[in-house]
Amino acid sequence: MIDVLIIGSGGAGLSAALESKQCGKKVVVLSKTYPTQSQTCQAQGGINGVLQKENSTDTKELHRKDTLQSAHEIGDIDTINYMCENSTQTIQWLDDIGVPFSRDENNNIAQRRLGGASNSRACYSSDYTGLKVLHTFYDNCIKNNIEFIDEHMLLNFIVEDEVIKGITCLDIKTTEVKQILAKSVIVATGGYAGLYNGYTTNSTASTGDSITAALRVGCAVSNMEYIQFHPTSLKGSCILISESARGEGGYLVTKDEERFVDELAARDVVARAILEKIESGDEVFLDLRHLGIEKIKETMPQEYDLALEFCHLKLDQDLIPIMPAAHYTMGGIKTNMYGETNIKNLYAVGECSSNGVHGANRLGGNSLLEIVTFGKLVGKTAIENIDEKAQFVVKEYEKLAEDKEYINNLFELPNTIDFYDIKKDMGKLFYNKVGLFREEEKLKEVLEDIKIWEKQRSQMGISDKSKVYNTNLKEFIEFSNKLELSEAIVVSAIHRKESRGAHYRIDFKEENEKFACETLVVKKDENIIVELS
Amino acid sequence: MATITICEKEYSLDSIENKVDNLLQILNHVKATQNHSLAFRSGCRSGVCGSCAVRVNGVEKLACKSHIKDGDIVEPLKNTEVIKDLVVDLSAQEKFLRESKASLDTKGDEPITIQDEKNIDLQSNCILCNSCFSSCPVYEVNPNFKGPFALTRTYRYVNDKKESNIKDKIDAVQTDGVWDCTLCGNCNMVCPEHIDIKNDIMMLRNKSAQLGYTDPNMANFDSGFDAGMDFGFNPNGF
Repeated sequence: MIDVLIIGSGGAGLSAALESKQCGKKVVVLSKTYPTQSQTCQAQGGINGVLQKENSTDTKELHRKDTLQSAHEIGDIDTINYMCENSTQTIQWLDDIGVPFSRDENNNIAQRRLGGASNSRACYSSDYTGLKVLHTFYDNCIKNNIEFIDEHMLLNFIVEDEVIKGITCLDIKTTEVKQILAKSVIVATGGYAGLYNGYTTNSTASTGDSITAALRVGCAVSNMEYIQFHPTSLKGSCILISESARGEGGYLVTKDEERFVDELAARDVVARAILEKIESGDEVFLDLRHLGIEKIKETMPQEYDLALEFCHLKLDQDLIPIMPAAHYTMGGIKTNMYGETNIKNLYAVGECSSNGVHGANRLGGNSLLEIVTFGKLVGKTAIENIDEKAQFVVKEYEKLAEDKEYINNLFELPNTIDFYDIKKDMGKLFYNKVGLFREEEKLKEVLEDIKIWEKQRSQMGISDKSKVYNTNLKEFIEFSNKLELSEAIVVSAIHRKESRGAHYRIDFKEENEKFACETLVVKKDENIIVELS
Repeated sequence: MATITICEKEYSLDSIENKVDNLLQILNHVKATQNHSLAFRSGCRSGVCGSCAVRVNGVEKLACKSHIKDGDIVEPLKNTEVIKDLVVDLSAQEKFLRESKASLDTKGDEPITIQDEKNIDLQSNCILCNSCFSSCPVYEVNPNFKGPFALTRTYRYVNDKKESNIKDKIDAVQTDGVWDCTLCGNCNMVCPEHIDIKNDIMMLRNKSAQLGYTDPNMANFDSGFDAGMDFGFNPNGF
């Protein structure tokens, strides 16, 4: 029997795997991609950590203060304290297992200042930080003989008497539906910004599969309306240009080359200022020309290449046209600091979870810190909570037969409405109406559209009837998950009649003390129930 | 109107919006509008997840970073089984990395300087896209060859000042490893991160020689001289 089954092979999943494997347990990582293809590789700017350096003015208290300020009173203080208190050890651990952090002239780990931060706090590896952290984790997982099940997609959780028993999943290569049983399950599948199809910096894999599956088995999800828009993605392609570009001194300018916002203000403030300019008919550009080619090539080689490859523009010579794009989702499966959900032995960690560490907005550099800090903590907790005296029954659960039938039925759907068209429409609709500026009337219009699409789902389907690596099938399941999840997002956004952090309502422009709490959503008898708690 | 061939099937591109010529966008467009069953991998769309490597006119490229033109031919990577269309079996990747001991084994206490990190910066940009693996001619004769990405990753750790146990890694890359490379440089030509893999393999040969290993190809050659003969072994790493 597997002791810990981890769903998702990004930074959160792999740090949980490394931690639980240390205890000599059977650990398996299942992922719908290959391990190094996850969203973590796109984190560029850095990972926050307060380091013991001479002349440094930064403190854990300042990090805590910045994080709390960004959370706008709806963060969980204990969770934030835990992350900030341990950041020095977290960075040290990463450095010890081989993450090649850039160094400064005193042989210390180099740090840069990101938006919303009072100090230079983000440790980095040029602008490939997430990539290098992820690959270092993968190398360590291989060294520690952690077993991987690649290209298997989570379908459902198997739960009996409010205790997790395992999962059902789809083998993407063979279309076989399988059941995998485990004493504990950690979900670390990333966020749901992929819902903003065509308007997101995220990987196509960020479809919130586990959050939808968690709702189906009675888990609560929270703060789903909180979606962070990154201020600087390349206009058109939405390729991310890291915050390090502004951290290193880049400007944001209009077409008349005028600066109009503090470039290092919080992401939601900068993103809204940019979109306002764009909606008024202006254009917005990232201007790094004054930094010079040497500094650009040294500190942001990836950004230089991206601008060149995707826009045919040179960062040291040209203005780079940008737009905000959906980047990070603060909401997710409701957990405590230890990743525990309301299903026993089912844990969630990283972007798919909502443990209160980000509240209403995430501080730049805190996402990598979150996944490593809590990945380790949740991995440890999962092991500690296994009751060795308990009987773990190996049998075929009913869910397996149900899901086999579900997948077989998808092959029979009429496919008279093309879901690729709806997926595209849904992305645009969400960007325009559930984006940086929201209002009741438009949110309700989106809800109506979602209900129509839900009804139409039985008329959609797949045209590829092959059982071998059927991406048409995989994408349809992802689309269905996104559609099912979208209602929770919009209902939460309607419910929060105020503006706070990343959630901005043009019909309620101020923060309202009444709403200084989490939005909780559960699904009962197919109905979405929302409450503030 | 333009035509491209994807896995031996021609597609017309006259309906592409905004004259997009990015290959990944074209694959997505073809899949959504012309052939829902077309299989390919993709992820980040920005060249860092390594999932979308294919061959364009025979040369390995990341679809998300490639610009294509009328008449181009798109095929799957080589040297491994094609599962469907542009999707190939990548299961050998983990095996090669495991065999090559490409990870930090025993951390030493020496301080790390700016230059120390720069020495391994490029190699640690590897995105495991498998382009080098596909381009490597050695696999035609030796399917067990640990290959370019695994060897360059081993070198990244051998050259890491944090590592105090280099010998284990060098031992690990002797069989089906550094001496099996023909130094043809194909891998360098196709690496989207511009890693000098050939040089890394030559540096591993140098380290091997320092630890007393010799080129087995030379050992089998008993003519008694090697002047003017190029067997790919260059102890100076030029």
